[in-house]
Amino acid sequence: MTTTTTELVDYDDATDRYDPVLGIEVHVELGTATKMFDGAPNIFAAEPNTAITPVSLGLPGSLPVVNGTAVEYAIRIGLALNCSIAETCRFARKQYFYPDLTKNFQTSQYDEPIAFDGWVDVELEDGEIVRVEIERAHMEEDAGKNTHVGGATGRIQGATHSLVDYNRAGVPLVEIVTRPIEGTGKRAPEVAAAYVRTLRDIFRTLDVSEARMERGNVRADVNVSLRPTPESPLGTRTETKNVNSFRAIDRTVHFEISRQAGILDAGGTVIQETRHFHEDTGSTSSGRVKSDAEDYRYFPEPDLVPVAPSREWVEEIRNALPELPAARRRRLLGEWGFSDLEMRDVQNAGALDLIEQTVAAGASAQSARKWWMGELARVAREQEVELEELTVTPAQIAELQGLVDGKKINDKIARKVLGSVLEGEGDPAAIVEAEGLAVVSDDSVLTAAVDQAIADNPDVVAKIQGGKVQAIGALIGPIMKATRGQADAGRVREIIMEKLGVQG
Amino acid sequence: MTSTDILRTSAASQAAALAAGEISSAELTAAHLDRIDAVDGDLHAFLHVSRDEALTTARDVDTRRAAGEELHPLAGVPVAVKDVVVTEGIPTTAASKILEGWVPPYDATLVEKLRAAGLPILGKTNMDEFAMGSSTENSAFGLTRNPWDRERIPGGSGGGSAAAVGAFEAPLAIGTDTGGSIRQPASVTGTVGVKPTYGSVSRYGLIAMASSLDQAGPVTRTVADAALLHELIAGHDARDSTSLTDPVGAYAAAAGRKDVKGLRIGVIEQLEGEAFAPEVSARFTESLSLLEQAGAEIVRVSCPNFGYALGAYYLIMPSEASSNLAKFDGMRFGLRVVPEESPTAESVMKATRGQGFGDEVKRRILLGTYALSAGYYDAYYGSAQKVRTLVQRDFASAFEKVDVLASPTAPTVAFRLGEKVDDPLAMYANDIATIPANLAGVPGISLPSGLAEDGLPAGIQFLAPARGDERLYQVGGALEALLEDSWGGPLLDRAPDLAGGADR
Repeated sequence: MTTTTTELVDYDDATDRYDPVLGIEVHVELGTATKMFDGAPNIFAAEPNTAITPVSLGLPGSLPVVNGTAVEYAIRIGLALNCSIAETCRFARKQYFYPDLTKNFQTSQYDEPIAFDGWVDVELEDGEIVRVEIERAHMEEDAGKNTHVGGATGRIQGATHSLVDYNRAGVPLVEIVTRPIEGTGKRAPEVAAAYVRTLRDIFRTLDVSEARMERGNVRADVNVSLRPTPESPLGTRTETKNVNSFRAIDRTVHFEISRQAGILDAGGTVIQETRHFHEDTGSTSSGRVKSDAEDYRYFPEPDLVPVAPSREWVEEIRNALPELPAARRRRLLGEWGFSDLEMRDVQNAGALDLIEQTVAAGASAQSARKWWMGELARVAREQEVELEELTVTPAQIAELQGLVDGKKINDKIARKVLGSVLEGEGDPAAIVEAEGLAVVSDDSVLTAAVDQAIADNPDVVAKIQGGKVQAIGALIGPIMKATRGQADAGRVREIIMEKLGVQG
Repeated sequence: MTSTDILRTSAASQAAALAAGEISSAELTAAHLDRIDAVDGDLHAFLHVSRDEALTTARDVDTRRAAGEELHPLAGVPVAVKDVVVTEGIPTTAASKILEGWVPPYDATLVEKLRAAGLPILGKTNMDEFAMGSSTENSAFGLTRNPWDRERIPGGSGGGSAAAVGAFEAPLAIGTDTGGSIRQPASVTGTVGVKPTYGSVSRYGLIAMASSLDQAGPVTRTVADAALLHELIAGHDARDSTSLTDPVGAYAAAAGRKDVKGLRIGVIEQLEGEAFAPEVSARFTESLSLLEQAGAEIVRVSCPNFGYALGAYYLIMPSEASSNLAKFDGMRFGLRVVPEESPTAESVMKATRGQGFGDEVKRRILLGTYALSAGYYDAYYGSAQKVRTLVQRDFASAFEKVDVLASPTAPTVAFRLGEKVDDPLAMYANDIATIPANLAGVPGISLPSGLAEDGLPAGIQFLAPARGDERLYQVGGALEALLEDSWGGPLLDRAPDLAGGADR
């Protein structure tokens, strides 16, 4: 590893004087039942080297066979990214020696990707839309996983030996490559992270992958280069490999811009190389230099016949595509009548699905939003979990709101019932029933309570009768207390006014 | 009939004797094993003899037959398998040090078929390392001698299978043919070999040399036996993407037709003349005359691009081989050489490959790596693929005029051991007549045409359009009958008796 001491340039200063250009390669592991080229199960976290066959182990004599479901998933992704789908395309061998690669070549696609020439709109937090052009999306297989043992860092340096788990070898991947993303200026880090988040959401919507960043289902290689002005030719890029969280992607771009600006300011040249991001320091370090342009000796995979998806099949897949996240947001915005700001908050909180399901279960959009963004968001923060991990279902929230709307309970009782639901005590209606929490609207009970309150508070009564109608609240308080909060506040008010002969 | 007499009969006759209860499979198999014991110490057709397993299979077949079970016509007839085909539980080395001691955990598809049909597997036959060669002298485990003259080569790469069949050690054998490795050994040992249409026999479990050229096929003493074995091992295999989906042809019926009236046979202008030894050419011409007298029509055809086939082959084959052989790196199976000084994965791979591969294998890996390198790909691999297309067109236009094509199988009779071992180009030139079929994927058969120079056997080759394998059996069966009539019996009857090696 080469260490260079470069002065980092202040980020704002760097982006004032340089124009950053991004290029992002995203790998997504497909959630197929079996691997890309054989019948071994595609499973996460099995015992090492159990999800293997002679094919995924690359044993002599074994041959690959293309997984049709993986092809369908790749086409789904291509269509969702507005790509053209190849009428015929071939696999190619990408050749290099590494112990995690069972055949010492990766079966990938080279000059004939399954999908090409697409785009996707990426929405930033403030609602700005950036269109990212997609050069290609191609199919390939994952490699095995190396574990380096005996060293301090878990890296190969200093390790006494390495273990290889081939369970991941042959897991289907789709790699999505952007064209250079230009014109993002200071927002480059945000655009990079938002782009990958957008893809992640699309993968989930398409149901082609669990798309869990922390499991490495989605991995990003982030290319950054700087140039003096948008009119200048592209600068030399660096490629930071396997950045695996949105925040890390943001920080990688941020750091690389500052670092490269430092090199350029000092009159140096950026080295074309792969780099690694370090979570602890927020910095990147040099991996291997690519200047001797690695020769992968690509050639068409002779063990596989070309993949030629019929136009009918492609159209069938297109017609069956689910509503994509951006379209869905536009639709829901119209249906729900939220403000742009409300919608963004909902989205950023990851509450879109929950609210949609709550609405589907019968609640109004605003009441659903109020629950998920209010009380439930507070509970989730308290418990340090995601909203979707709370032990309450959208149906239960809709049921709870129904009880409020039907005046069976008031807001305060509703929060109490919610607490019981979260404790796992059952559904809202059942809890209200079991605990006798329903609002008291029986006039005989309420009249008795009102009489008592009037008797206890002659001064308040005098105020009300003297014209200060809003002082009624001072009577309602004790009544609610007497009825354990279950009195129908509206009806109580009416009875008081009746008794005292005042008009509202 | 004694068990020694029966060794010299065809597999079909042995099958008939088994069916008639004249001999048991255990006796037949033991007789072959005894024959191997008697002659193979000198001949060295086998790398591994699986005596116990063969006898177990034989006894099992006998039991099933006695119980009245319906058996495959070849059940109980033993078979030898080229060591490039993986066999579960039986060592498989492809005649390379790098696989010494490796016992595959799975069967090739064709081996599954052999086992399912109840053919006792006698053992694994010698070959040029990874099927790279035309003399079997490139075996890492010692050469194989020609049963006709033990100072001569048995052909290659499948010299072991041809010698085993020619020396009555096995009635049937499996070979593989990438550029002539079934047909050329058949030619120089007076036996019959068929390279089926590419995709006719599954390649799953064949240790690949060149994926787009490799094809397994039968090695036998009669055309009818080849047809029976071909029918057994052919058929679609979902584990091989390049496997044909066609139903298996009626090869045995075609071999039994013995009728060539009206059949148009094309003599390839580019495959006659000075490149072929005079007596080899004379036997070829005489064979054609017999066919003409039997009613066939002999036509001269031109295949102008065949002259470039050898050059194209020696770019495509090593390119694919360099990639296919990358997996032999000491990491997962086979030989592992660990250097003493601080070994790394890379240094282990280098040492293993350096010590594990023989010279010819290294030569082809280097050639192929070079041909696929950036900057050379278009000139070498790319140009070779264009020539391949031209060769395919030559075949297409020739088959518009004729039903089958004919040529001598190899330019000469068996040459002497050591004669060409230091002259790779001379060795490669042996394949001049056999290579075009592999480049085009068309089927070919070689059968004995008579004795030529030095009283050694020569072969005649017929080629048919892809999927036209039946035509080969038709013309082959007819010519075989005509020739045997003229000779007064099979050509192999004139081979020296090897028993005890006393006549050396």
